[in-house]
Amino acid sequence: MNARIGYIASNTFREAVRDRVLYNLIAFALLLSGAAIFVGQISIEIEKLVVINLGLTAVSLFGVVIAIFIGIGLVSKEIDKRTLYTVLSRPVRRWEFIVGKFFGLSGTLVVNTFCMAIGVFVALLYVSHKIMPADALIFIALYFIVLQFLIICALALLFSSFSSPLLSAVFSFSLFVIGSFAEDLRGFAGMAHGMTRWLATAAAYLVPNFSAFNIISSVAHEHPVAGQLVLHNTLYALFYTAAALSGAVLIFEHRNLK
Amino acid sequence: MAAIEILGLEKTYVAGFWRKRPKRALHPLNLTVEQGEIFGFLGPNGAGKTTTLKLLMGLVFPTSGSARILGREWTDPDIKAQIGFLPEQPYFYDFLTAHELLNYYGQLSGVSAKHREQRIEEVLQRVGLADVKGVQLRKFSKGMLQRAGIAQAILHDPKVVFLDEPMSGLDPMGRREVRDLMEQLKHERKTVFFSTHILSDAEALCDRVAIVYKGELRGVGAVADLTSSVQGRVDIVWQGTQVPASIKALGAECHVTGDTVRAVITEAQQDAAIEALRRERLRLISLTPVRTSLEEYFVEKMRRADSTAGGAA
Repeated sequence: MNARIGYIASNTFREAVRDRVLYNLIAFALLLSGAAIFVGQISIEIEKLVVINLGLTAVSLFGVVIAIFIGIGLVSKEIDKRTLYTVLSRPVRRWEFIVGKFFGLSGTLVVNTFCMAIGVFVALLYVSHKIMPADALIFIALYFIVLQFLIICALALLFSSFSSPLLSAVFSFSLFVIGSFAEDLRGFAGMAHGMTRWLATAAAYLVPNFSAFNIISSVAHEHPVAGQLVLHNTLYALFYTAAALSGAVLIFEHRNLK
Repeated sequence: MAAIEILGLEKTYVAGFWRKRPKRALHPLNLTVEQGEIFGFLGPNGAGKTTTLKLLMGLVFPTSGSARILGREWTDPDIKAQIGFLPEQPYFYDFLTAHELLNYYGQLSGVSAKHREQRIEEVLQRVGLADVKGVQLRKFSKGMLQRAGIAQAILHDPKVVFLDEPMSGLDPMGRREVRDLMEQLKHERKTVFFSTHILSDAEALCDRVAIVYKGELRGVGAVADLTSSVQGRVDIVWQGTQVPASIKALGAECHVTGDTVRAVITEAQQDAAIEALRRERLRLISLTPVRTSLEEYFVEKMRRADSTAGGAA
């Protein structure tokens, strides 16, 4: 990797850590330990199911919120505070700045997810007293969650390269919600007719298909995950992320920094 | 080879949401700055100084024109390793310490790890921040941030340094230190291009200045040349407490201060005044032509620009 991208990424990571972004882990730990103790007392035989469902959903939601709210400020904050001026007046290309920011935030989310994953396994151990080989499926669910984060980070960067932080947040969050129901949208498109069918199909294939990444319930029920899905989701996430990042770079390359 | 060549650089913004109107921030600007010069870019607020610097740094894109820095296209990212830039009222990553900030900028500028540490210590010492290098920038005062800004601009030992209002936010002592630093840079054969609206700083420091007003270049030249338009009068100072009648008769404006007398007379009267002092056996201390100050020149240029614009309207 280009060294300058690495420097920008590590500075972005350091900023997130020092801005106490990882403090969300405390809220996560409290939520999960409270839930584990609570379900351990009220449920019989489904404690594990509840902990996996709740734990992974929390990992996903906490991460999405961080990805959106940090992602939308990555560029605009640097322009508003004019810190970008002293970066771009050095031998730094604009695309390197965007890609560096992306890797920095992605790194933050990976570390965050890793810490939360430890929490999920500890809670699991608490309620079921042992870790089974089938629990390795949780790693695949976590991997899919991280892939989702990459797409959301890139989208937040794309929106923030041309709109205000508020609008970027609205766009990113809307796409996350719509993308989570992408399969339903595709189903609706299949049933619709005429122009509606055309529009719904276009929308269904344009928005990121986050529903394909959500295997939390399936993993909680210990259903196996097809290797083809892992490959498909990996390629899809990489392609979507690269496309969104390219868009962000293209816009940012021509932007006047007032 | 010139340090900076600005070739018809122009910037027009489009203002307004519904009814878009062009707003010209900078008329085509042509300017050459030689290597080793301290060049002052003067103008009131909103004159186009910062726009020019942003154009040169590639932060905004010109409507037309181009520039060359050290003989290379200004859009070439690699030339930026030779450039240092201090933006106006700089603000930095406030979660970093001064040392970490300089380390980050050193990395981005391509300063090798081997030299970076030594260079950081050197510039921190130079701008007077060595004692607070471990303090996060969020705890810095405005003046300290300005010093950090200067430190990052000179960290990688650039050949050309662009400073946008470098004295802004500094107390008199700080301003003096920045002036000294700029003079040191000149001794190191660096080119310093700085914008300011504080004319005394420009007058004290600059080899040459350019005056920009309402986005247009109004004058450029050596400070001495711009201010050398002798107004046909001389300033004569002699030792004494009395004004001889023969000098009074010349209609001179005289001021007695302690045991010296200062009089302003016309050039045509200068021989008669010297003769009068010789006759009265008074000691002549100095005789200097009255020059236009940079401030007078600056005000005159702006007044002329306004009257031209008014006339055209």
